Amino acid sequence: MSATTFGSGIRRREDPRLITGSAKYTDDISLPGTLHAAMLRSPYAHARIESIDSSAAEAANGVVAVFTHQDTEGEIAPAPCAWLLPNSGLSIADYHCIAKDAVRYVGDIVAVVVAETRSQAYDALDLIEVDYEPLDAVVAPKQAATDGAPQLHAEIEGNQAFHWTVTGGGDIDEAFAGADIVLKETIVQQRLIPNAMEPRAALASYTTATGELTLWNTTQNPHIVRFLCSLVNGIPEDRLRVIAPEVGGGFGSKIAVYPADFITVFCSKKLGAPVKWAESRSENYQATTHGRDHVQEIEVAATKDGKIVGLRATVWAGMGAYLSTAAPGIPTILHGLMLSGVYDIPAIHEDVYGIYTNTTPVEAYRGAGRPEATFMVERLVDLLAAEIGLDPADVRRRNFIPRFDDGHDVVTGLTYDSGDYDAALTKLLNKAGYEGLRAEQAAARDGGRYIGLGLSTYVEICGLGPSQVAGAIGFQGGLWESAILRFHPSGKVQVMIGASPHGQGEETTFAQIVAGELGVSPDDVKVIHGDTDKTPMGWGTYGSRTTAVGGAALALAARKIREKATIIAAHLLEASVDDMDYEDGKFFVKGAPGEAKTIQDIALMANVAWDLPEGVEAGLEATSFYDPPNFVFPYGAHLAVVEVDAETGQVTLKRYVAVDDCGPQINPVIVEGQVHGGIVQGVGQALWEEGVYDEDGQLLTGSMLDYALPRADTLPDIEVHSTVTPSPHHPLGVKGIGEAGTIASTAAVYNAVIDALQPLGVKGVNMPLTPERVWRAIQDAQGRN
Amino acid sequence: MKIPVSITVNGRHYDRDVEPRLLLVHFIRDVLGLTGTKVGCDTSQCGSCTVLVDGVTAKSCTCLAVQADGSSVTTIEGLAGEGGLHQLQESFWDQHGLQCGFCTPGMIMASHELLRCNSDPTDEQIRHGLEGNLCRCTGYQNIVRAVRDAAGAAEGGTQ
Repeated sequence: MSATTFGSGIRRREDPRLITGSAKYTDDISLPGTLHAAMLRSPYAHARIESIDSSAAEAANGVVAVFTHQDTEGEIAPAPCAWLLPNSGLSIADYHCIAKDAVRYVGDIVAVVVAETRSQAYDALDLIEVDYEPLDAVVAPKQAATDGAPQLHAEIEGNQAFHWTVTGGGDIDEAFAGADIVLKETIVQQRLIPNAMEPRAALASYTTATGELTLWNTTQNPHIVRFLCSLVNGIPEDRLRVIAPEVGGGFGSKIAVYPADFITVFCSKKLGAPVKWAESRSENYQATTHGRDHVQEIEVAATKDGKIVGLRATVWAGMGAYLSTAAPGIPTILHGLMLSGVYDIPAIHEDVYGIYTNTTPVEAYRGAGRPEATFMVERLVDLLAAEIGLDPADVRRRNFIPRFDDGHDVVTGLTYDSGDYDAALTKLLNKAGYEGLRAEQAAARDGGRYIGLGLSTYVEICGLGPSQVAGAIGFQGGLWESAILRFHPSGKVQVMIGASPHGQGEETTFAQIVAGELGVSPDDVKVIHGDTDKTPMGWGTYGSRTTAVGGAALALAARKIREKATIIAAHLLEASVDDMDYEDGKFFVKGAPGEAKTIQDIALMANVAWDLPEGVEAGLEATSFYDPPNFVFPYGAHLAVVEVDAETGQVTLKRYVAVDDCGPQINPVIVEGQVHGGIVQGVGQALWEEGVYDEDGQLLTGSMLDYALPRADTLPDIEVHSTVTPSPHHPLGVKGIGEAGTIASTAAVYNAVIDALQPLGVKGVNMPLTPERVWRAIQDAQGRN
Repeated sequence: MKIPVSITVNGRHYDRDVEPRLLLVHFIRDVLGLTGTKVGCDTSQCGSCTVLVDGVTAKSCTCLAVQADGSSVTTIEGLAGEGGLHQLQESFWDQHGLQCGFCTPGMIMASHELLRCNSDPTDEQIRHGLEGNLCRCTGYQNIVRAVRDAAGAAEGGTQ
């Protein structure tokens, strides 16, 4: 591999269009004659629809059509749930794209208006008369699971969507019965609102004469959108083209295919005209999926020396009113199987209850299940450290899985690929000056200041994943990726790839992979993605899988090109293939690098095909499909340093130091950017963010005015370091990095705040750790309430 | 009822009749087709719609088109000069100050104002100056680096 390309922090190739305003996101695209759709959404969290009168809206200026459920009967199937979790009693409620007889969350769609302009469509929404019969609502998952709670779906008893368990290792009851120490904690993983900066949108254009439809959509996975639209809207998959143009962040919220997308497609098909729908931010808060929303009752069993012998948990996971596309797999497969963390834990048991509530559906949100697992484990380790009076770093070391290079089985059934957890922690403590910080903390306490240090040592599962496993765990798709790599006659390269990045910079890192494999300049590699008519199949960008799986497919395609190029070069140099050598884009007879053929020479010859070896096809192009043999497991160690003002409860994040190991880094600048952004999102959960409903199911945090997002002035610079442990089974050795920061940082910051408050006797506070909550916890602990 | 407005955008003069309720951002995006300016919220929190009105930043979602009558507006599309990218654009590119790019036009315009008011800001002043613009991807750190880089480049002549 060329040292100047793979592994180099070159500037991103996608940036020129983004910094000049010339990039086109879905809502930036308009077609001649485009009509505009607006969704009428339920103002009630739970109500029967008695009647709808849309006559005034239909007569309004510019209105082309109003559709309610009965207009779509037989033409739009319910929005599908595509992760059919096995052995869990999964009960899927029909998610009608336009509500049938009842609404079940504030934001459920009741009608759609299509008009000539967007403002006409929104004006007409106010003219639709809906007679609702309000019903009791329930918003908290544990409460919704109790007897007597309001029931969302008549056919589903106890609001229970599923009950999933993981049991591994030795007998869990014995482990707890025989333990020196048993510690319990209840954790509320509050509901979060993803807040991709670009709200969701869809532009559908149907051609009646051909039955073909093109959909521009804010999605992380256009091929999945195509597949599900064909099922829901009844348009054959070959007549559907889905384009994810520029997509302004997703963080999981653009995985699902939503009712509004299917409705927009329906409207275009029905009206034979392009129809565009674009949500407002308030609509995004109500109707684009949320994340987390767990209540976790957890306990750890340990010896008095701090060795963990068992971990047991019961989790109530709020799923919202309906099951979103991938929702059932998030609090189960991606959560429960990760409960061993970086530790050797001999017995683990978890029950997860997925519960319907009168809230916006909950889906993947950056980290998706792993932050919720990491937080549980990292809290328990810190509780154990406090109980036995050891430093949290020491307790971690007593439980770490020792270094392994080629596979380690944990009791939940996963095989981690490679790791050296102690090395990451050691590097972190050295870089941070941990001992000095502990001394500073002690001195500050003597002076009446409350500084806290919080560790989080994590491992995560990503690079999803072997398709055989996907089938076994009920994921209704494959998890492989494919790439086509084509050389033009001039030696320039075109890559068509199924993965669909939306901010992660893979137009650059993919070009660097090709450059590293074939010795071309990254500037000579054009990467095309996000268009189902131009690219081969891809299963989407989520679960930190795009570089890990798509990148591997691309590397393998490049290696096929190199094989063919070697054959052609040998022919042109009148040598045997076995005698050929390759270095940095040049093919030559061993020992004679002066007489080399460049990859560009060979691309030209392959394309003109004047002189090819017998039996070799013209052209220089390769397609590959990569289905990974296992997941990849990045890991790391993070430290947060906070100061708490005991008078006001204000938490200040003073320092944040991260050591992450995602294997070899294709572009370290991009890796660092992913780490920064990931950490800040996790800090947001610890300190500021919470999606709040009142008991009637009204979303109180209904706009950016009410939901506290991280801002530039509330954060310190993050200190980013790394270790490099290749994945043994990956063609490039790389692991994922998109979610690592978020998975680690919430626990690090939380542990730091509790550490700071330890002299005040505060044991726990529910997130987010707002000044009010911290202040109240201090008052309670001091007996001043 | 429509009201005539006369607005110069990126040096080009436009006379249009607009609804009184039309926001400046929709005038820019929908009437003129300049879609570089983004709408990321509906409460003036995110700053994605930041433009310059007579050289001073404004959140164009909080301003009616009729209020901008007679003004000269600069959007992200008008920032680069004949000599190429504006220094802020170069610096955002060099310092990896963007990921998905959606907040970037507003972030660059807000940074423009920040440097106009203080040509040599500290990191803290940069962070404070950008508190009205939200980014969900970068954690802001490389945006701060980019603004610092642009300030340094301006001070030291061309980079």
